[in-house]
Amino acid sequence: MNAFLRSLTTTQQIGALFLVVFGVLSLFTLWGFVRSLRGVPDGDADAASERKAKARRLRALLQTSWAMATVFWVGWVLGDTAATVLFALVAFFALREFITLSPTRRGDHRSLVLAFFVVLPLQFVLVGTRHFDLFTVFIPVYVFLALPVVSALANDPQRFLERSAKLQWGIMVCVYGMSHVPALLLLDFPGQEPGRGAFLVFYLVLAVQTCMVVQHLLGRRFPHQPVAPAVSQSFQWASWLAGVAVGGLVGGLLSFITPFKPGQALGMALLACTAGSLGHLVMKALKRDRGVTSWGMQGQSVTGAGGLLDRVDALCFAAPVFFHSVRWYFGL
Amino acid sequence: MLAKLMGYFLLGLVRVLTGSQARWYGCPPKAEQRIYFANHQSHADLVMIWAALPEELRSITRPIAARDYWTKSPFRQWITSAVFNAIYVERQAAPPATGAPPGTPEPGPTPAVPSIPPSPEALRAALPDTDPLAPLVRALESGDSIIIFPEGTRCHGDDPQPFKSGLFRLAQMFPHVVLVPAWINNVQRVIPKGEVVPVPILCSVTFGAPIALEPGEERRPFLDRARRAVMALREV
Repeated sequence: MNAFLRSLTTTQQIGALFLVVFGVLSLFTLWGFVRSLRGVPDGDADAASERKAKARRLRALLQTSWAMATVFWVGWVLGDTAATVLFALVAFFALREFITLSPTRRGDHRSLVLAFFVVLPLQFVLVGTRHFDLFTVFIPVYVFLALPVVSALANDPQRFLERSAKLQWGIMVCVYGMSHVPALLLLDFPGQEPGRGAFLVFYLVLAVQTCMVVQHLLGRRFPHQPVAPAVSQSFQWASWLAGVAVGGLVGGLLSFITPFKPGQALGMALLACTAGSLGHLVMKALKRDRGVTSWGMQGQSVTGAGGLLDRVDALCFAAPVFFHSVRWYFGL
Repeated sequence: MLAKLMGYFLLGLVRVLTGSQARWYGCPPKAEQRIYFANHQSHADLVMIWAALPEELRSITRPIAARDYWTKSPFRQWITSAVFNAIYVERQAAPPATGAPPGTPEPGPTPAVPSIPPSPEALRAALPDTDPLAPLVRALESGDSIIIFPEGTRCHGDDPQPFKSGLFRLAQMFPHVVLVPAWINNVQRVIPKGEVVPVPILCSVTFGAPIALEPGEERRPFLDRARRAVMALREV
C-alpha cells in the first residue's frame, strides 16, 4: 500500500487525499442522517429537544466542513492562481465583517478604501508571485505607517488611536493571516517536487480544526470553571489542553504527507493548534467588546448563519505562526 | 435586455459590497400593495432597499427618485427608469400649507374643519397635476407598491428628521394600502457625503410591522407615530 501511494504523482496523491476527505465527510453525513431517523420515545420532551439541538449542531458542523472542503478542492483543481484569488475573496468578506463592527468615522473612509482595494489585492499579488520576504513585512511595516497617515490627513482626531488600531488589527487578522494559507500552498521545499504545499495546507487545517472541534466537544461534555467567563463561557484549561494534544497527535500522524519527521510534525502541529485556539479566544474578546456573539450581522441574520470570520479566525492566527516557523526551521 | 443585465450586475455589486440583507421583522414579504417608508441617509438608499427585496417584489415595487439628482446625466436617468423603474418626484417637497390641494380640510384646530372628512376618491380627484405627490398617486392607482423617504432630504444626524406630510396624504388617499416602516442600516458608512468610492460594509434593511392611519387621527401625531415606528427598528 505504501509503495503504491509513493509511486503516484503529487497530483494523484492530492486527488486521493481529497477522495478520502470527501469520503469521510460523506460517512459522517450519512451517519447523522440515519441518527436523525431514529424515533423519539413519546412523553420525553426534554430528551427530544436536546436531541434536536445536538442534531442541529452536528448539521452545522458538517455544513461548515463540507463548505471548507469544497472551497479547498475548487481552489486546488483550478490551480495556484485561482486558489490565491479564492483566498483573497475569503479575506475580502472576512475584512468586510470585521470593519462593519468597528467604530470607523468619516475620516477613515479613504484609509478603508485603500485597505480593501489596494492593500488586500497587493498582499495577495505578492503571495501569488512568491515574494515571500516582501509579503511578510508589507503589512506590519509599510501599511502600518501608511494607513494612519491617510487617516491623519483627513483631519479628524477624535478617537484616532482607537480607529487606527482597529483598522490595523482587522487587516492583520483578515488579510495578513489569511494570505499565509495560499503562501503555504506555494512554498517549495528543496528536494521535494513542487505542489506538495497542498499537503501542508491540509495538514494545518486538519490539525487546527480537529483541535477546535475536540476542545468544543470536551468542553461541553466535561464542563469546568471557565478561565475568563467575561470573555468566553466555554474556554477552560482542561478542554483546551486536550484539544491541543489531540490536534498535535493528528498532525504527528499525518507526518508522512509532509516533509517533517514524525517528531517535527508533532511539534509543528502543537504550535499551530496553540496559536489557532488562543487566537480564537482573542477574537471572542473582540466580539464581547462590541457586544455581539458572532461577526455576522449582529448575530441575528435572517438565515441564522454565523459570520464567515467566526469560522476562519483560528486559521487566520495559526497560518502565519505555522508558515514562519516552517520557514525558519527549514531555513527556506 | 440590457436593463435586465444591468440590474443583475448592480445586484451582484451591491451584494458583494454590502451584503444587503433584508430582515422581515414585522411582516412577511407579501405581494400586496404596500407603501414602504424608510430613513434617508445617502443616495444609495434606493439601491439598497431595491436590492434587499426578493425578486418577485422587486418587479412590482417602484422606488421614489429625486428628479433633480437622478436625471443629471443620461446614464443616471437610464438606470433609474429602466433598471429600477423609479418614480421621479420634484424635490421641492410640498410644504403642508401651500401644497394642500383645494377642498381638503386645513390642518389645525380651526373651526374651518368640515365635520366629515372627504372620501379618499374625492381627495385623489382633487389633486392637481402639478402637485409633487401626483406621480406617486398615479403609481398607486395603477396598483404598484412604492418606496418613499418621508424625511424629504438626506439626513446626516443620528436620528431621522421629522417626516413631511406626503405620507399622511397618501395614507388618506389610499386607505387599503399597507404602510410598512423600514430602517436602512449602515449605508452612510458605505458612501459618505462627498465620497465616490464605496467601502464594503455589511448593511441591512429591517422591515417592521405595518402601521395604519387611525380614523380621525391628525397629521402630526400620525407622522410622529410613523417616525417612531421607523426608529424602533433601529434597535432590532
